[in-house]
Amino acid sequence: MGVEQTLGNNVVTTSLDKLVNWSRSKSLWPMTFGLACCAIEMMAAGAARFDLDRLGILFRASPRQSDCIIIAGTVTKKMLPVILTVYEQMPEPKYVIAMGACACSGGIFDTYSTVQGIDEYLPVDVYIPGCPPRPEGLIYGIGKLQEKIMKERNSFGAAIGIGEVINEA
Amino acid sequence: MSEHAAVGKLKEKFSAAVLGVAEFREETTVTVKKEDVVAISTFLKEELGYNFLCDLCGVDYLGEAPRFMVVYNLYNIATKDRLRVKVPVEESDPKVDSVIGVWGTANWHERECWDLMGISFNNHPDLRRILMPADWDGHPLRKDYPLQGPGREPYQGRLS
Repeated sequence: MGVEQTLGNNVVTTSLDKLVNWSRSKSLWPMTFGLACCAIEMMAAGAARFDLDRLGILFRASPRQSDCIIIAGTVTKKMLPVILTVYEQMPEPKYVIAMGACACSGGIFDTYSTVQGIDEYLPVDVYIPGCPPRPEGLIYGIGKLQEKIMKERNSFGAAIGIGEVINEA
Repeated sequence: MSEHAAVGKLKEKFSAAVLGVAEFREETTVTVKKEDVVAISTFLKEELGYNFLCDLCGVDYLGEAPRFMVVYNLYNIATKDRLRVKVPVEESDPKVDSVIGVWGTANWHERECWDLMGISFNNHPDLRRILMPADWDGHPLRKDYPLQGPGREPYQGRLS
């Protein structure tokens, strides 16, 4: 009994969940969406010196093609409806990174016009502190998000309509 | 320092409307009555060549009367000469005549002034909010507007 012969060369076995998680986390496509000075660091992270493309992270110019939004900068109350619209236009599964002190908590802008943390309105997966965080910080945060995606369970089942994604580690 | 050339002509033509003249660091400020602001603006543009309105803004002197000032920063492009005109505005009647007919750029400046200071402008064709969301209540740059907005407890200082 058992496996009579080996599977041969160039064959890998895995679970569907792991395959789905691997493909999702290794091809995060963030929305091209910047709000303030953090967006400059985000652009620097995407440019030649840090090169997010080597991690499979390609900025997309349309929310319909994105599965991640990096809230990079100060969120004003006037900009908030725009951000919510962009977020709602993104297809599931979608992830949110709050980049920088302003997106995490309002930062130094404790004023009438500023949203005191985007987590009041969007489900944030990763918070990156800093004012602004350097590109290394952003890349570390994206790495944390990739780890989080890799720990998801039933991600294949949820994709074909059986149950929900389980996030407990 | 000699008096600004425009001041003499203004005093001559609008003697009743000129409330005061101040000189500070070679900048001249003329305070005028708000009823005559359009006539004075037209005169300054047509006769004295102040063809550029650099800025129009409001100032809140909370606790003083009159409470507000509307400030017009003018520039004569031909002679590179600047002049500042101030108009006192009472809190009970925060309205000034619009100078859009003189300088077209005043349109958005006056919208901003109304949006943030609550000083409205008579005969303005489109007095909507320009910086704050359209459904905003209040005028946030007024000194008695709470910094963190009306819906929140004011900042208590660092607690830890």
